[in-house]
Amino acid sequence: MTAAIHVADLRKRFHSTQALDGVSLDIQPGEFFGLLGPNGAGKTTLISILAGLARADAGEARVMGHDVVRDYRQARRALGVVPQELVHDPFFNVRETLRIQSGYFGLRNNDDWIDEIMHHLDLTPHAGKNTQALSGGMKRRLLVAQALVHRPPVIVLDEPTAGVDVDLRRSLWAFVSRLNREGHTVLLTTHYLEEAEALCGRVAMLKAGRVVALDATRNLLKLTNEHCAQLRLDTAPPADWQARLQTGADGDWRFSFGDYAELETLLAGLRAAGVQVKEMHLQEPDLEDVFTDIMKRA
Amino acid sequence: MSGFTALFHKEMLRFWKVAVQTVVAPVVTALLYLLIFSHVLEAHVEVYPGVSYTAFLVPGLVMMSMLQNAFSNSSSSLIQSKMQGNIVFVLLPPLSYMEFFLAYLWAAVIRGLVVGLGVWAVTLGFASPQHLPHPGWLLANALLACGMLGALGIVAGIWAEKYDQLAAFQNFLILPLTFLSGVFYSIHSLPPFWEAVSHFNPVFYLIDGFRYAFVGHSDADPWFGLLVSTGCFVAISALTLILLRSGYKLRH
Ligand SMILES: Nc1ncnc2c1ncn2[C@@H]1O[C@H](COP(=O)(O)OP(=O)(O)O)[C@@H](O)[C@H]1O
Ligand SMILES: [Mg+2]
Repeated sequence: MTAAIHVADLRKRFHSTQALDGVSLDIQPGEFFGLLGPNGAGKTTLISILAGLARADAGEARVMGHDVVRDYRQARRALGVVPQELVHDPFFNVRETLRIQSGYFGLRNNDDWIDEIMHHLDLTPHAGKNTQALSGGMKRRLLVAQALVHRPPVIVLDEPTAGVDVDLRRSLWAFVSRLNREGHTVLLTTHYLEEAEALCGRVAMLKAGRVVALDATRNLLKLTNEHCAQLRLDTAPPADWQARLQTGADGDWRFSFGDYAELETLLAGLRAAGVQVKEMHLQEPDLEDVFTDIMKRA
Repeated sequence: MSGFTALFHKEMLRFWKVAVQTVVAPVVTALLYLLIFSHVLEAHVEVYPGVSYTAFLVPGLVMMSMLQNAFSNSSSSLIQSKMQGNIVFVLLPPLSYMEFFLAYLWAAVIRGLVVGLGVWAVTLGFASPQHLPHPGWLLANALLACGMLGALGIVAGIWAEKYDQLAAFQNFLILPLTFLSGVFYSIHSLPPFWEAVSHFNPVFYLIDGFRYAFVGHSDADPWFGLLVSTGCFVAISALTLILLRSGYKLRH
């Protein structure tokens, strides 16, 4: 099967910065793929190369099997990109913007689809508004709509929820998830790790232009066995346990463990010492822990 | 070429939506030049025998307005898109560099022609309705002028990273080339050195050939002028296409 996105040993340098230092990735059609990494990791650069906004120094990039340089027309037709920057063209209103964008892809009578996208992104009431009069959230929706005018099989969103209110995040994710269920491949970069955890089937972590982790989200979550129990006790724990526990400002005790057997031993020890557990909360490991872990090690 | 149609249409809308700035204002400016210069010089200057100064000036002003507005259309559209970041909207779709070039070029040509027609129309009230001895030269020079400066505007718009760089391009290149090309005077009235220098200014041939269409007199051979102008247009277009193809300053 042809990969939706195929990237092999991609390299890109800006002056003294090696933005991409040999990145290889394959994203299969229908995947919801997350690209994570701290600021400056090279996420936007990778997307720019896929979109033809930047040219790689070396390596290969394909979208739906089309080389992004040699077959740039087919590659760009297959790709819908929501750029990271919140840009708009102040000369036009929402509907005009979408019609013009359709025209660039050779689509003339695209109003039915434009109406449908506007409807799903709650842009319909703003159709006649000049883009300059839109709020930040509405501008972001318009960018999403623009990326979809040509019904691209592959959708790339570069930090689409940065600085966006909770409502928009929710409705945007509902919409993007729907597109994914309908068969679109989605590549998402985000800072919100819980977002990636909830949405992405697979995740790549990028650091300084290199892939430092690449796996199914659930496998990555297994990588870290850092569970944490937060306990409220009636008295101080016995001296031999105090080394394994940390106290917080709230007077609670935190116990980090890899295996639930360790927690059982702790509870048995407390019971034997006559210490009563008033409250207990368990925290499961999340992508954030994995991310922090991997970034530290890489 | 369907992407071309859309981009051309968008570029046309862009200037037409603000026609007061992009069409009416330059027509008013040209009218002011005409009022001042023809008032001051009409009685004193006769450049060609039997041709009043106003009749001499009008084609120069029409040409100057076309040159400046064709340049301004493509260059300001590009620099604005770059500064605002919405240039990505035209970089992401599958437009070829030729479609990109032709769309910006034709919109610039149309803006130049519309402004030129406007200037001509308002000046008709001042110079007695002219008969055109050589209408073919009018069209050829008008198209070449708008094409040349429209293409140069694309180059400037791609090259400039800030508005003041574009302003420098305009003030130190376009303005001297147009003002020192015989809009207001015949280059034969210049000292010999400056007259010789004028012959290296491609804009001089555009104005000279354009004026030839109106008054039937020219300082240089209009056929030679046509050759120079065509050569310049082809050269600037080739440069523009090379820049666009390489992605210079547009695609990192
Ligand atoms: N146009 C550019 N010119 C110079 N340096 C750049 C440019 N684009 C990106 N970089 C540098 O490349 C690195 C990767 O940037 P980017 O891909 O934007 O990271 P991310 O999107 O992961 O935050 C950064 O160090 C950034 O400063
Ligand atoms: Mg980025």
